[in-house]
Amino acid sequence: MAIITTTKGDMDDSLLVHKSGSIDNEIEYTTWDEYYLDGELVHRSAHVTLKTSPFTDLIGATLG
Amino acid sequence: MANTQSMCTSFLGQLLSAGHNFASNNVARSASTADTFKAALYVTTATINAATTAYSATNEVSGTNYTAGGVTVTNATNPTSTNSSSTAGVGYWTPSASIVYTNVTLSTAFDTMLLYNSSQSNAAVAAYTFGSQTITAGNFTLTMPSNTTTTALVRLSTT
Repeated sequence: MAIITTTKGDMDDSLLVHKSGSIDNEIEYTTWDEYYLDGELVHRSAHVTLKTSPFTDLIGATLG
Repeated sequence: MANTQSMCTSFLGQLLSAGHNFASNNVARSASTADTFKAALYVTTATINAATTAYSATNEVSGTNYTAGGVTVTNATNPTSTNSSSTAGVGYWTPSASIVYTNVTLSTAFDTMLLYNSSQSNAAVAAYTFGSQTITAGNFTLTMPSNTTTTALVRLSTT
């Protein structure tokens, strides 16, 4: 049993339908959790783990 | 319109004039405290990319418990530099904690976080993209990559 923060206030998760999913690619690993009450989305949270970032190569000038 | 993951070009020029201080032990400035960096979220229809020069509220997400400008990034680890050979090396930095937007409702889809320097006229650092998200009465958490030469959030490399 867990308490979920929802648009209707805090609710026991046993009253809700839980759906979850994930994405795993070269940019990110993402998971999300959704909770529904009578078919209405009342909670959705997401957790993104960044894998890559903009990488900048610096090149010094050559003298001579 | 779309967002593009990229280092902001203006950031690179500003580095040469000590325009950003990620460190508490910076030798280029008299101050011994790092600048404050923040993370703002942008909707999928925004145009955040290498040409972005500063934080703007235009096309930033909005919703319950989200404050315009985003959240402050935790910075307890100074930048590091490492030589990879006699002619090359990497300087790198990563926030020391996950970036968390707590108990927010963000109904318009978003896919980008802009890292910017709120101590220096909100100058842009870099844009980070991810799959489109919405949040309903929940947390949005961005976990940082490992702070290494190959995965750190901000990396400058010579080859």
